Amino acid sequence: MYVHDFIYHRAGSVEEAVRLMGEAEEGRYLAGGQTLVQTMKQKLAMSSDVIDLGGIAELRKISAQGDTVQIGSMIRHAEVAQTPLVLERIPGLAGLAAGIGDRQVRNMGTLGGSVANSDPAADYPAAVLGLDAVVVTDSREIEAGDFFVDLYETALEEGELIVAIRFRVPMRSAYYKFRHPASSFAMVGAFVAQFPDGFRVAVTGARPTVFRWQAAEAALQAVASPEAVAQLDTDGIEDILSDMHCDETYRRRLMPVAVRRALDAMNAPDKETD
Amino acid sequence: MSIDVKMIVNGKPVRRSVEPGTLLVHFIRNELGLTGTHVGCDTAQCGACSVSVDGRVIKSCSILAAQVQDCSVLTIEGVAGGEELHLLQTAFLQCHGLQCGYCTPGMIMTALDIIGENSNPSREEIAEGLDGNLCRCTGYHNIVDAIELGARMMRQGGGSV
Repeated sequence: MYVHDFIYHRAGSVEEAVRLMGEAEEGRYLAGGQTLVQTMKQKLAMSSDVIDLGGIAELRKISAQGDTVQIGSMIRHAEVAQTPLVLERIPGLAGLAAGIGDRQVRNMGTLGGSVANSDPAADYPAAVLGLDAVVVTDSREIEAGDFFVDLYETALEEGELIVAIRFRVPMRSAYYKFRHPASSFAMVGAFVAQFPDGFRVAVTGARPTVFRWQAAEAALQAVASPEAVAQLDTDGIEDILSDMHCDETYRRRLMPVAVRRALDAMNAPDKETD
Repeated sequence: MSIDVKMIVNGKPVRRSVEPGTLLVHFIRNELGLTGTHVGCDTAQCGACSVSVDGRVIKSCSILAAQVQDCSVLTIEGVAGGEELHLLQTAFLQCHGLQCGYCTPGMIMTALDIIGENSNPSREEIAEGLDGNLCRCTGYHNIVDAIELGARMMRQGGGSV
């Protein structure tokens, strides 16, 4: 398969990237390209201009500030999985990154690309929401709770560029997903994080966009044990996805199990959970 | 509008003027004539197109040639030392780690990445590491055997890429 013709730009700075996007007829940022290049091959994405972010050094930084860890948008999944700072401070996030896609995808795909794409079955959005993160763009900061809007839809404005994600460091956290065996995407995935002010539970793969499961948070707040979530029902939750791999009834059934297994992993981080 | 793309491939600087949408795999095969890198599925599932970019394995059907501007690329042609097979290739030969051989270049490139990260991977780690590579002939057992043996030979023989 071949990609349609477009004008290629390689931006040297965030400022330049945003300017190029403003000047383009119908522009698109290219991060790692692990979704975009395939969709371009399928002619599902047609753009007049592609602005490659691969040469922008300022998007490739990882730093700790107070009780947060800030990760540049062009940091690859494999780097999040292996960077000592992330492993030390938020092992749950490193563990999530280590399970995205396959080895080759993790070497190329980026944090910012995944979050901006907001695939309903992507892993990273669960960590962004579960870790109470802030999405830092070229022009503002967006709370995770306001960022994910709907299927492939985020709060990003036209041309707005994610510069970094600032994650809040939890006391403990873990992610568990029911991995689709072919695609490695989450059929249902749960990110559980414990902060001094309470638990956060973010679920991906189950609805058009990632969401916080407040009933699970409240249950854990009351009794922080796997039994507390095992019997949770999902009756009040609407718009559960249904497809040939996993119908709605099954997805509802997987939700409390994913939360329980994430909790198990959080309680015994060195033990394999399955 | 063509763009100028330059990179180091198997140790040699190359430079070509290509369409911006040129995939890395087409750059390698059509522009450079290095046809050891295969197109299996063309949809990022099979890993036959795996090559190493700056030391990390990626799928060359899933990125533009322009994205590896100024990077160092290793393809299967650069793995052997001239006529002498790399230890990992020898291990594939010894363990019958291939039947039709179509997936093998990708398997080798991915295996080098697995071993580069951990010189003594367990069978489970090898199997997990091959998650992005499909083989429709072998059932994988001999491939895992070959990588296990290759890793051992590399630890002992000091063979490296």
